[in-house]
Amino acid sequence: MTTASDAADRPVPAAAEADVADTAEPSSSHHFFTIAEDQPLSLDSGPTLAPVKVAYQTHGELNQDKSNAILVCHALTGDQFLTGRNLWTDRPGWWETMVGPGKTLDTDRYFIICSNVLGGCMGTTGPKDIDHATGRPYGLNFPVITIADMVRLQKRLIDHLGIEQLFCVTGGSMGGMQVLQWAANYPEQVYVAAPIATAARHSAQNIAFHEVGRQAIMADPNWHNGDYYSHGVLPQRGLAVARMAAHITYLSEAALQNKFDRNLQDRAKVSFGFDADFQVESYLRHQGSSFVDRFDANSYLYITRAMDYFDMEAEFDGILANAFRGTKTEFCIVSFTSDWLYPTAENKAIVRALNAAAARVSFVEVNSDRGHDAFLLDEPEMFTTLGGFLQAAAARRGLTGP
Amino acid sequence: MSAIRSDFPVLAGMVASGARVLDIGCGDGDLLDFLQQARNIDGRGMELSQDGVNASVSRGLSVVQGDADKDLVDYPNAAFDVVILSQSLQVLHYPRLVLEQMLRIGRHAIVSFPNFGYWRVRWDLATRGRMPVTADLPVPWYDTANIHLCTILDFMELCDAMDLHIEQGLTLDRKGNAKPIGVTPGIANLLGEQGIFLLRKR
Repeated sequence: MTTASDAADRPVPAAAEADVADTAEPSSSHHFFTIAEDQPLSLDSGPTLAPVKVAYQTHGELNQDKSNAILVCHALTGDQFLTGRNLWTDRPGWWETMVGPGKTLDTDRYFIICSNVLGGCMGTTGPKDIDHATGRPYGLNFPVITIADMVRLQKRLIDHLGIEQLFCVTGGSMGGMQVLQWAANYPEQVYVAAPIATAARHSAQNIAFHEVGRQAIMADPNWHNGDYYSHGVLPQRGLAVARMAAHITYLSEAALQNKFDRNLQDRAKVSFGFDADFQVESYLRHQGSSFVDRFDANSYLYITRAMDYFDMEAEFDGILANAFRGTKTEFCIVSFTSDWLYPTAENKAIVRALNAAAARVSFVEVNSDRGHDAFLLDEPEMFTTLGGFLQAAAARRGLTGP
Repeated sequence: MSAIRSDFPVLAGMVASGARVLDIGCGDGDLLDFLQQARNIDGRGMELSQDGVNASVSRGLSVVQGDADKDLVDYPNAAFDVVILSQSLQVLHYPRLVLEQMLRIGRHAIVSFPNFGYWRVRWDLATRGRMPVTADLPVPWYDTANIHLCTILDFMELCDAMDLHIEQGLTLDRKGNAKPIGVTPGIANLLGEQGIFLLRKR
């Protein structure tokens, strides 16, 4: 594990500083877009924010009439690196299974955009960045943000790219929330929408899990009320515990059982102590420790809060269908049988609202024992459904194949 | 790609041009596709099997994976002009409740089903003493999904009990020739291989 002071001082990877083409994947490139001081971003919580830097990656070619763009919205701990090398972690992208030449999100056919969310700290402005008013990192002075704020920022990016209507907006989990917000707030800009394993309002149970994670971070003495940047430390233990607890919710009982059962970690019998005797403990500890190297703890606080505040039903006068009245956007929603974080019932509530709004909506529940994380994994049924949905929509829109 | 079943043109004849249509148990979407082309409908589907949903979605149809016995409650009142249940009545656990839901969701319902009063079925049962296995119902009794089989007379009795108005009642033979049931339902029940009904609430 990186030491606290190492990580606090860790420089931004040189490659992520500027616009670069990925040499291994010539059609992919990483960019920044900055919202200037004179055009600040308005936030739901009241204040405005500027300047705001947005880090994003694109794959494939934007066609002449700019009709083949797909915006992918990432989940809580995701980033802009869908596929190819992650410039921050040097690891593969988080949606390699879905995005690439000939894959469901076909980079030979579509122009695929993924930006780091507002508050994300992977190149997009967030609590660890310098507050120009004080010359010091924002920390807890960063304004509380919402899913709608994230989408508002993405809209500015899409306008900047000169794209009038996105062919598709898609994403899972928190990404799915952004998809719904896009469809509700900018219906004319979304031709088709594919929210995956998500919900239109964050449940009490999900708020509860997030609160456990936040309390773990805030209980870490290294957190320093959010100002660990100036102390040269990181609340690594707190963030690791938050990640460990959250990671359990991304899996399922069956997935844990199949993968680990009660197997012991590098030992023949239990140690009668508190080492990681069991493989499942060792796995979770690894999940926790590898997470703190790449994710800002305050960013975790802000983004989980944005998800907690997400309630499109309340936003539209208590009737979710109001969010989609008169929409021409066509929807395809996917859920997974073993997902207990964003269960099928939550996804079906969206389908029900879309039906009540007479929208065009398709829905499948994919049979999988891999829990919420299934949307990131190799799930052929999901690819078949979404692939077919996109093919048909592309044909209707007159997008030719590669 | 689309297999046009012999009853499709007859079903299309009951659907107004441009109507909003929900097809329950839409399979691969063949009927919705046919009605879109023949009647320019605004169609939606519900289908239990994921393969069926995937096939439908890949041809541009909007289809929700769902179970007619449980999931019709998710649709708002009077959302459709016509709700179709084609060749699926006999697989439902709660055919009467589904029929009620159909006429809550839609102003009209179209129901088609294999007629167990058809003379060949009767002959089969009478002469062989066995549950009929026909071209429409090829699976033996222990494996079949068809759990609520009825005759045309049975179905008309249910409509009566539910106070439904039969706007149109037809029988259909294998070649897709339709005949009105008219004033001789007993004869239609003997000679009709399938029954097709257009219903509305009284």
